[in-house]
Amino acid sequence: MADFTMKTGDDGVAIITWDVESKSMNVANEQAFMELDGCIEEVLSNDAIKGAVITSGKDSFAGGMDLNVLARMKEDAGEEPAQGLFDGIMKIHHLLRKIERAGMEAKTNKGGKPIAAALPGTAVGIGLEIPLACHRIFASDNPKAKIGLPEIMVGIFPGAGGTTRLAWKLGAMAASPLLLQGKLNDPKKAKAAGVIDEVVDDPVAAAREWVLSEPKIVKPWDEKGYKFPGGAPYHPAGFMTFVGASAMVNANTNGVYPAAKALLSAVYEGAMVPFDTALKIEARWFTNILMNPSSSAMIRSLFLNKEALEKGAVRPDVPDQKVKKVGVMGAGMMGAGIALVSAMAGIEVVLIDQAQESADKGKQYAADFYAKGVSRGKLSQEKMDTNLSRITATTDYEALKGADLIVEAVFEDVGVKAEVTKNVLKVVGEDCIFATNTSTLPITELAKASDKPDQFIGIHFFSPVEKMMLVEIIKGAETGDRAVAKALDYVRQIKKTPIVVNDARFFYANRCIIPYINEGMRMVQEGVAPALIENAAKLVGMPLGPLQLVDETSIDLGVKIAKATKQAMGADYDETVDEILFWMFEEGRLGRKSNSGFYEYDEKGKRQGLWEGLAAHYPVADEQPDLIDVQHRLLMIQSLEAVRALEEDVLMDIREGDVGAILGWGFAPWSGGPLSWLDMIGAAYAVERTGDLTTRFGERFETPALLKDLAANNDSFYGRFQPAVAAE
Amino acid sequence: MTTDAYIYDAVRSPRGKGRKDGALHEVTSARLSIQMLNAIKERNGLEGHAVEDVIWGNVTQVMEQGGCLARTAVLGSDLDESIPGLSINRFCASGMEAVNLAANQVRGGAGHAYIAGGVEMMGRVPMGADGAAIAADPSLAMEQYFVPQGIGADIIATEYGFSRDDADAFAVESQRRAAQAWDENRFEKSIVTVRDQNGLPILAEDEYIRRGTDMQSLGALKAAFKEQGEVMPGFDKVALIKYPHLEKVNHIHHAGNSSGIVDGSAAVLIGSKEYGERMGLKPRARIKYSAKIGSDPTINLTGPVPVTEKMMAETGLKVSDFDLFEVNEAFSSVVLRFMQAFDADHDKINVNGGAIAMGHPLGATGAIIIGTLLDELERQDKELGMATLCVASGMGAATVLERV
Repeated sequence: MADFTMKTGDDGVAIITWDVESKSMNVANEQAFMELDGCIEEVLSNDAIKGAVITSGKDSFAGGMDLNVLARMKEDAGEEPAQGLFDGIMKIHHLLRKIERAGMEAKTNKGGKPIAAALPGTAVGIGLEIPLACHRIFASDNPKAKIGLPEIMVGIFPGAGGTTRLAWKLGAMAASPLLLQGKLNDPKKAKAAGVIDEVVDDPVAAAREWVLSEPKIVKPWDEKGYKFPGGAPYHPAGFMTFVGASAMVNANTNGVYPAAKALLSAVYEGAMVPFDTALKIEARWFTNILMNPSSSAMIRSLFLNKEALEKGAVRPDVPDQKVKKVGVMGAGMMGAGIALVSAMAGIEVVLIDQAQESADKGKQYAADFYAKGVSRGKLSQEKMDTNLSRITATTDYEALKGADLIVEAVFEDVGVKAEVTKNVLKVVGEDCIFATNTSTLPITELAKASDKPDQFIGIHFFSPVEKMMLVEIIKGAETGDRAVAKALDYVRQIKKTPIVVNDARFFYANRCIIPYINEGMRMVQEGVAPALIENAAKLVGMPLGPLQLVDETSIDLGVKIAKATKQAMGADYDETVDEILFWMFEEGRLGRKSNSGFYEYDEKGKRQGLWEGLAAHYPVADEQPDLIDVQHRLLMIQSLEAVRALEEDVLMDIREGDVGAILGWGFAPWSGGPLSWLDMIGAAYAVERTGDLTTRFGERFETPALLKDLAANNDSFYGRFQPAVAAE
Repeated sequence: MTTDAYIYDAVRSPRGKGRKDGALHEVTSARLSIQMLNAIKERNGLEGHAVEDVIWGNVTQVMEQGGCLARTAVLGSDLDESIPGLSINRFCASGMEAVNLAANQVRGGAGHAYIAGGVEMMGRVPMGADGAAIAADPSLAMEQYFVPQGIGADIIATEYGFSRDDADAFAVESQRRAAQAWDENRFEKSIVTVRDQNGLPILAEDEYIRRGTDMQSLGALKAAFKEQGEVMPGFDKVALIKYPHLEKVNHIHHAGNSSGIVDGSAAVLIGSKEYGERMGLKPRARIKYSAKIGSDPTINLTGPVPVTEKMMAETGLKVSDFDLFEVNEAFSSVVLRFMQAFDADHDKINVNGGAIAMGHPLGATGAIIIGTLLDELERQDKELGMATLCVASGMGAATVLERV
């Protein structure tokens, strides 16, 4: 069946309906563009047709472009991938420009047929770029619909005219949040922002009426005397805007996201030439970004693989395990957060703590969070009430009866957890899956408290639960498939992204984060300027420098982990960092929680500069390392752990290693993740670099055998381990 | 065979405040330029095709300063129409580059004499009115970490450890020296009173000087670049990307310890020895050496240091060999850095004050400080001097004069 169908009514208005079979949302591919082109040709050439309305057969308009289309443009061009991309993009421009010009005479703008877009719901990416080429956009008054151009979030930018049309429509300043932050709006806000024209109950009817009203259809930029809103780059006001924009984008992205630079360049260069030339310029920059390895890696991890994992790419083949009732043990910050997100997903929640007061406090945490949503207009009062009514805060284990999943989030102590596990299992049914939320304790060990270790699993949430997108699912030695499926189905219900790993010390995320923090502290000990350490981390795309991160997670937690690790590892434990960590602890500088750590904080807890006392204890060396050395130490120490996790079968799928790293602790998103980063720099160079770092800084940088093997075979992680994409 | 190039004469206008109420605001860029050219012509008796070219420094070459102002000024002056004109732009060193270019043309045998100089009517043609891709084009601005010059000056202060007090003290001294220089008529050889078409005087003295400036009066001024650095649009963060060893930028510069925005012009007559003999003119100094360099564009204003290093390497001269320096006072930190880098004696630098006290008419300043240096070498009866400027986008220029 065709993606686009067209029916012309007696009134001469052609209704072009986009409805991709077997997809819940329309997605554009080569076929779709070809068919749309056919419809437009017919509209423009058939005298009986007065105009057209482009709409969708679904409750949304379109979810974007099938990003594989871009990959195919590249591949099909063989030796000339850039030419293939550029030509392919220009083809889309020609189609959209055909809609926009609609048969008008070039010089006089006479003639032409009105073409409107009628959006029943969400319209993002190409799903908005097509409407932007139409002459008027009508959207259904659907507050859940999202309208916008989020391409920047996956490392590219709107490259089918969306960048140019929005900038030329709104000016550089007003278009910035929409283009550079990928801000999505509901229809009313999209109208207020000037992105769409009308919000109505029945967009197709309204659009049809408009088409028949003999409207003016020429776009401002196709008329004489068009002026770029807010001023073109060398208009005095425009000049200040563009100078400021470069600085702001640089400052906000720390200079590591090529897509933001390219987007801004397309707007700047485009604003000084005729519209058709501006589209060509946009296509050149878009090609440039698609040819950038960072963009490919970001698309792969943040779009394709993230989606694959969310859709259950690694789920065992067992029947649906959707959770109906969850028991959350422990109403501390983690437990409360878990209850909060579960209730939002429509799951019945029993939130248990030792004292009723504590349980109530946990429920109140959820209530406060929902109330904030209501006050910001993101949640209705009714929805809030329903969510809250799903949470039962109690001390009574009997309330757990009928729960099909337990998430235990009590104190991090094997004994305490074992007791809770035993008590719960006395109450719940035979089939109930028991999950423990721990960040440090081995799952296999904790599973010993259960008489059904195959139904025991780790579900590691990150704090704060309501904000963090990643959930790490940990299989103990005896964990069975149904438990894994249960955990995955649950994570899908609460709309987070899961990774599944095998049980090993610190699992995956903390295994990588702890050495990152430690590397930062080591450098302080070595006399590296703390500002250089922190800035180097941010300049390589880490959201927080290691010293800020340890302040956030607290020094005492660091001390606790260090002590436990030392106990577990014995003679193999590297004590180097303990010196600075324990010293800070003794100084009472516990991080943000004590308003003093590696940073200073004011009375309100606002972070100030780095603590000057640090330099007194660890003098800053006269000779400072090169930025790239600091950056490579910080990235490599994490990436090597990812490789070792893969070698040791803790990671079972490289996609999880990359997606998990970005969503879990914000590993340099531009790189696509630690394994993508190693592929980007190449195994041969990575071997050379780790060799060098090992010689200069110690054995923790020792080259893993797997990396050596990849280098020896001229291979890459994705070359060797990328799972075959399942047919949709 | 190279010929030496000599300075025969140097003139300059007084500098007027570059504002709507500035004394020179009523004068056009061309008219001010013409008066300098006519002064050179009259003082030296130039007739007919007396010079090979007029090389005119000017930064903001749009509107009345556009359309090759150099040629426009020649045509408007009493010089012969057979003399062409060349407008050039090397930002703040444009006037110096005009002199150096002229000297090097003479040395290379391309004509015996040139008039070189420049003009900038900053109150009439605002700085930046000509646009700049380096600032506005994202593919350049972002890759080069563009920040405005004031931020660059504050980065110098941060990197090299100059405090607000250091900068203010330097500014107070610049004002004191400039006032003293005027009181003792030290500029009288060069100053040409600006007059109207009826010969009526418009401005005879530098207008920008603030006599009696002290630490207290400067202390009241707010740091000028803090807002654009820290808030909107946040240039400091761009600076920290480039200089990650810094934790933050220390904003110390303000209107009182930075160069003044003024209107002004200057011209220098340069020729070979043979030219002087033929014209009956006495050479005042030999242009011993000239140089220009490119340096880090973000910190932007450190050029005087590397260009001086280049000079030392190529001439064998040491900083201690020089009797006097003119280091353009674009910002206090620029000169403080020069003194720090070479452990140079403040008593030999900008002895008659500088652009902080008297102003910095961008395209003219390079020629002005060459004239000031020459006058002072003669007044003190000294031999060797160097003038140097920091230049936007990370450049530097220098001219070494030796009296003959």
